[in-house]
Amino acid sequence: MSARGEARLWLAQRASGAVLALCVVVHLAVIVYAVRGGLSAAEILGRTRGSVGWLAFYSVFVLAAAVHAPIGLRAILAEWLGWRGRGATMAVHLLALALALLGLRAAWAVFGAP
Amino acid sequence: MTRQLRARGHPAWWAFLVHRLSGIALALFLPVHFWALGTALGGEAALDAFLAWTDRPLVKFAEWGLVVLLAAHLAGGLRLLALEFLPWRDWQKGLLALAAGATLAVGLAVALAL
Repeated sequence: MSARGEARLWLAQRASGAVLALCVVVHLAVIVYAVRGGLSAAEILGRTRGSVGWLAFYSVFVLAAAVHAPIGLRAILAEWLGWRGRGATMAVHLLALALALLGLRAAWAVFGAP
Repeated sequence: MTRQLRARGHPAWWAFLVHRLSGIALALFLPVHFWALGTALGGEAALDAFLAWTDRPLVKFAEWGLVVLLAAHLAGGLRLLALEFLPWRDWQKGLLALAAGATLAVGLAVALAL
């Protein structure tokens, strides 16, 4: 990849990381709140379904993670396994797409579906 | 070789390793997490069937471990953002201890809530 492309990825990793930092702080608080007293589908979905605000929040969270994880894995594949070039770039693009689709589907399942 | 060994004795090298390994673990966990939440699309019973499977000590321990890895990756990431984007100050040497402390605090909070 060109130096300009690498610089863009570097910046995207920092920007997505900053967004994720905020999201993860909220998510950790949600985890501590949600797991008290055990988890049941009725309790979770009764609380979550139809909350547009949380659907929006977790959609942003998912998209930031879909940017962040593949860029990180790309660096690790290159440095630890020596896998670089077009094939590696294609693979991490596919991973980003898969994470985004799976993640948005999950957010919809929990917060969106009526 | 000696130089490499000396580098590995440095706390910052361990911070790098923890950040990398926690990142890999989280990236591998994400698709599973998304798939599990997606079961809610099949209705409450489908999600409950999955939740029943998670209700065992080993899975609970793994969940706790993942939350700790998430907290460690968050704290380590904030440390990196501070190192890269804030002007260098001596107090930043203490960020490592701060990151470790924050991780420990989250680990305890989640362990108490579980």
